[in-house]
Amino acid sequence: MPFIPHTEKDTQEMLATIGVDSIEDLFDEIPAKLRIDSLRGVPDAQSEMEISRLMRQRAEMDGSPLCFIGAGAYEHHIPAAVWDIATRGEFYSAYTPYQAEASQGTLQTIYEYQSMITQLTGLDVSNASLYDGASALAEAALMAVRTNRRVKTGLVLLAPGVNPVYEQVAASIAGSQGLTFERLPVDSASGNVAFEQLRDGDDPVAVVVQQPSFPGTLEDVDRLTDWAHAKNAILIGIVNPVSLALLKAPGHWGEQGADIAIGEGQPLGVPMSSGGPYFGFMTCKQIHVRQMPGRIVGRTTDLDGKPGFALTLQAREQHIRRTKATSNICTNQGLMVTAATIYMSLLGLDGIAAVARSSHASTTRLVDGLCGINGVQRLYEGPYFHEAALKLDRPVAPLLAALAERDILGGFDLTGFAGTDALLVCATETKSAADIDAYVSALAEVMA
Amino acid sequence: MSELIFEKSRSGRRAFAQAPSEAAAPAIPKRFLRTDTPRLPEASELQVVRHFTRLSQKNFSIDTQFYPLGSCTMKYNPRACNALALLPEFAGRHPLGPVSHGQGFLTCMYELQEMLKDVTGMQGVSLTPMAGAQGELAGVAMIKAYHEARGDHDRNEIIVPDAAHGTNPATANMCGCIVKEIPTGPDGDIDIAALKAVLGPGTAGIMLTNPSTLGVFERHIKDVADMVHDAGGLLYYDGANLNAILGKVRPGDMDFDVIHMNLHKTFSTPHGGGGPGSGAVGVNKRLLPFMPIPVVGKSDVDGETVYSWLAEKDFPQSIGRLSGFMGNAGVLLRAYVYMRMVGRTGMQRIAEYATLNANYLMARLRDAGFELAYPGRRASHEFIVTLKHEAKSMQLTAMDVAKALLDRNYHAPTTYFPLLVSECLLIEPTETESKETLDGFVAAMIDILRAAKEDGVDYKEAPYKMPVRRLDDVKAARQLDLAYEPD
Repeated sequence: MPFIPHTEKDTQEMLATIGVDSIEDLFDEIPAKLRIDSLRGVPDAQSEMEISRLMRQRAEMDGSPLCFIGAGAYEHHIPAAVWDIATRGEFYSAYTPYQAEASQGTLQTIYEYQSMITQLTGLDVSNASLYDGASALAEAALMAVRTNRRVKTGLVLLAPGVNPVYEQVAASIAGSQGLTFERLPVDSASGNVAFEQLRDGDDPVAVVVQQPSFPGTLEDVDRLTDWAHAKNAILIGIVNPVSLALLKAPGHWGEQGADIAIGEGQPLGVPMSSGGPYFGFMTCKQIHVRQMPGRIVGRTTDLDGKPGFALTLQAREQHIRRTKATSNICTNQGLMVTAATIYMSLLGLDGIAAVARSSHASTTRLVDGLCGINGVQRLYEGPYFHEAALKLDRPVAPLLAALAERDILGGFDLTGFAGTDALLVCATETKSAADIDAYVSALAEVMA
Repeated sequence: MSELIFEKSRSGRRAFAQAPSEAAAPAIPKRFLRTDTPRLPEASELQVVRHFTRLSQKNFSIDTQFYPLGSCTMKYNPRACNALALLPEFAGRHPLGPVSHGQGFLTCMYELQEMLKDVTGMQGVSLTPMAGAQGELAGVAMIKAYHEARGDHDRNEIIVPDAAHGTNPATANMCGCIVKEIPTGPDGDIDIAALKAVLGPGTAGIMLTNPSTLGVFERHIKDVADMVHDAGGLLYYDGANLNAILGKVRPGDMDFDVIHMNLHKTFSTPHGGGGPGSGAVGVNKRLLPFMPIPVVGKSDVDGETVYSWLAEKDFPQSIGRLSGFMGNAGVLLRAYVYMRMVGRTGMQRIAEYATLNANYLMARLRDAGFELAYPGRRASHEFIVTLKHEAKSMQLTAMDVAKALLDRNYHAPTTYFPLLVSECLLIEPTETESKETLDGFVAAMIDILRAAKEDGVDYKEAPYKMPVRRLDDVKAARQLDLAYEPD
């Protein structure tokens, strides 16, 4: 009974108070023929020491390879203070701040988070987060339909550089509500939208562009934003929050700015951890706030007139509106948002910009080095941020397997996405010149 | 309110240890670059640490207070689960890393799937849904896909009892279904006649929580299952209350076709101030082909066991992907560690002592004069007290008691849910609380009621001892202040 405090005396006293002879009597409303005696598939209990030994062995099996994969999750240095504080019991073991007076720590943290992420994205309002970047696209598309009632097509046009998994997730979640997702034409030289091939006939409810794109390129987001607005579509931008210390914020794209910005919050102090838990962020223009999904924290005053924080605009949500809610979402990713808020506070704009510049410099060194190998060249022309696509003269999978044997994860196999033998590589500020050079010489050897 | 971190900022101040050494300006054309200066905090490392440490101290939490929030299973989150999930190899593992560098992680995930299959009595488990609500979405989407695959295109009605969580109807709506609400009978069981009346050729399925949100076990579950199946519909089990029945009775044995589990409730992963959740789904044979991907498979390669991802080509009829990678992996690791520490017999004891605590607390509050919503029934792991008489006779509402409890250093139970019981407190003590804690809570409840009755104390302006007094929700919604702007 690892976490149950009852002594035998406690149990007997409690049963006497209830007026039954045994704990078993408390289950007498469950039909007897449905009952089971034991669970065969659960092993015997292990002590903390035993399970710690097992988990350390398992962790060693996975090792700590030198990782040059990005493709939606990015390795950044996380200051020790971030998770030291985020895992304080008062944050870690609290719940959704239903009782605002007893949850001011969580509420103020979320308010500060909302204040930071709106600044980074250049938009007016933020929610308290969504599950992850991919599911945030589904929620943003559904929000666009609620917002843009003039357009009834349910058609969402995606720039060619939108992460293909994001599209799959959006289709799984939003597909049954009449939304369809189609791709805009691609310019094969740049990997970006082929503006000269854009058709006038489509009537999209929303247009989605990812900056930097999934294969690492930089799109002409200003032009695409203006094109979308000329068609009365909502423009949804998918952005990397670290890149926003350098790159133009969605709120400033084109003449009017993006309407909704979303993205994967993981780069802001959340470990890669095999894919989660991360958090999706979502910000938008003020006029769309009542169509936003998820929790939102507002600053208000208490009975004494002193400022304080509370969940607000709850009339949008499932626990009030039920069938008519803006989303079925209940929890956000509070713990991850707490970590990201501490991360952003520690680094500040200058620190995040330094991370962004350093990551760009690492990737530049990596791309230059790899392109010096016979059979490796850039797949797309044009600038990149901290991730770039390379075209190879042979199948990528065997090369990645050979590199993995040397404990180097050489990147994401982009062949399926690009339709040619291609590799997507990323080097953040965590990679030293020696790390990068080790990868370059390993690939040169493997390809020799 | 504490000063905002922005208000503590001073131009030029930084946590200098945290930024990497400066690199050259990037070779990116100007038209892509930002020219404005977003306002982020400028503070020293100590200032940031102190700010957020102090903020944390303004929270109630399981680690600091009794937190009997009904339907949320606020039990102790063992520290080892967190420490082991954050071992550097696990925390640093890239989600797209090769299986050659993931056998340790994948072994844990496979074994977690197997254990969850056993505790739910289902034939397949997918771990990818990132919260209970997403598990619900996966479940209803699978039910729809099942009917579609059989050419049964007209089944788009989902039946939901009036006691259900708001996520149930919201989910059915998100899946493009029509919601049919049915009433609950006076003893807390489903109104069978009402169910019969809504079943028909349009029935896609029913969403049930059992024990229900009323804190009672649905005694006619077998009849309900037979009726729904006979009508051609499927049964969805909302696992919010799974803690009450672990190792005692399994949703699969009650003939449910699909279930979501809230790993952050039953398997004690952190609630984190509102997430991350984790909403693994379990299915029976019928729905196996439709599970969300990826799931972890086990195969034999040259006599060696290898764990790997099963995805589109293994599950061509899958409802698809629900997350960018594979769900809240780090939460799943915490749940795995928890289940291994609790073990086979421990699982049953969870249900036993959660039920003991709830029935004890219910008996004591009843004896102290509080009215139970379902006095003739056993409590499951939670129960409902209603203050409808006190609200009428002395204007003492559920909200007042909730706020008065905060001043006595107890987190409030869930208030005003389920919607069909007026002035209700839904109380779930969990198995990890001691008798002394429960007795202390009873004493606080007795004192609150006594002071209202005998001394005429009203709690309309409580709480008094929290960092803030009762907050103006109307102002919060009317004069939106959702992000800091300097004066």
